[in-house]
Amino acid sequence: MTTLTAKDKDTVKAFWAKVSGKAEDIGKQSLARMLVVYPQTKTYFAHWKDQSPDGAPARKHGITVMTGVANAVSKIDNLRAGLLELSELHAFTLRVDPANFKILAHNMLVVIAIMFPEEFTPEVHVAMDKFLASLALALAEKYR
Amino acid sequence: MVEWSEQERTIITSIFASLDYEDIGPKALSRCLIVYPWTQRYFGAFGNLYNAEAIKTNPNIAAHGIKVLHGLDRAVKNMDNIKATYAELSVLHSEKLHVDPDNFKLLSDCLTIVIAAKMGSSFTPEIQATWQKFLAVVVSALGRQYH
Repeated sequence: MTTLTAKDKDTVKAFWAKVSGKAEDIGKQSLARMLVVYPQTKTYFAHWKDQSPDGAPARKHGITVMTGVANAVSKIDNLRAGLLELSELHAFTLRVDPANFKILAHNMLVVIAIMFPEEFTPEVHVAMDKFLASLALALAEKYR
Repeated sequence: MVEWSEQERTIITSIFASLDYEDIGPKALSRCLIVYPWTQRYFGAFGNLYNAEAIKTNPNIAAHGIKVLHGLDRAVKNMDNIKATYAELSVLHSEKLHVDPDNFKLLSDCLTIVIAAKMGSSFTPEIQATWQKFLAVVVSALGRQYH
């Protein structure tokens, strides 16, 4: 389930080139949707003064996460090695339950479908879904 | 029993009132078969599913997508008792069709993506939450009679 074929990688890179200009918007909207549609995810952000999905901390965090995704695209040939530090961060400091990676990925795909309805074909969808799943796995690498 | 606010009911009925079944049904099912290819296991008798193009243009898949989407109508009409409404269909999916209930979630995720693409920014986070709640109840009801 986690091996990206050459076709997958090409599809992801080509699609990312088309949408990367909107990366910040995708990040902000994905995170906001996650907080609204899956309220249990709010537990990770109890330390924010402003808890609202469209507040400043949420928007900033959406951008941070999406910058991570952009970085992962550039490391797509070896996600495990490329995301080693981020994995250690998530494993030892943040300790986000990996189930949440799937939740956020789903919301990213919903936002992408909204913003790019023509380009987000089923073929692109499957490649992106596989990529985000591989990303999640690489991020959870150091957990145990 | 699942509680629905007035707003949630309105959201669901209004999405279905303007739903183009002939467009959304085929798109949702074919997307599911392409994104989660193992779901093709249930469609051995449907003809050519060899690649994405074949799936997208397969008339049997299109017809079935429309049928499945209309299957949601009864949940919309019986929102206060979706569990009972789908008891028979649940037995059918378990005993006759032998569909792994995990697949219901896969199809419902694809349906969400297709609806989002159709509705664009009017598919707000709040509407997404209600929509996903509705689908989760349907999925749960469909898996209820498995044993």
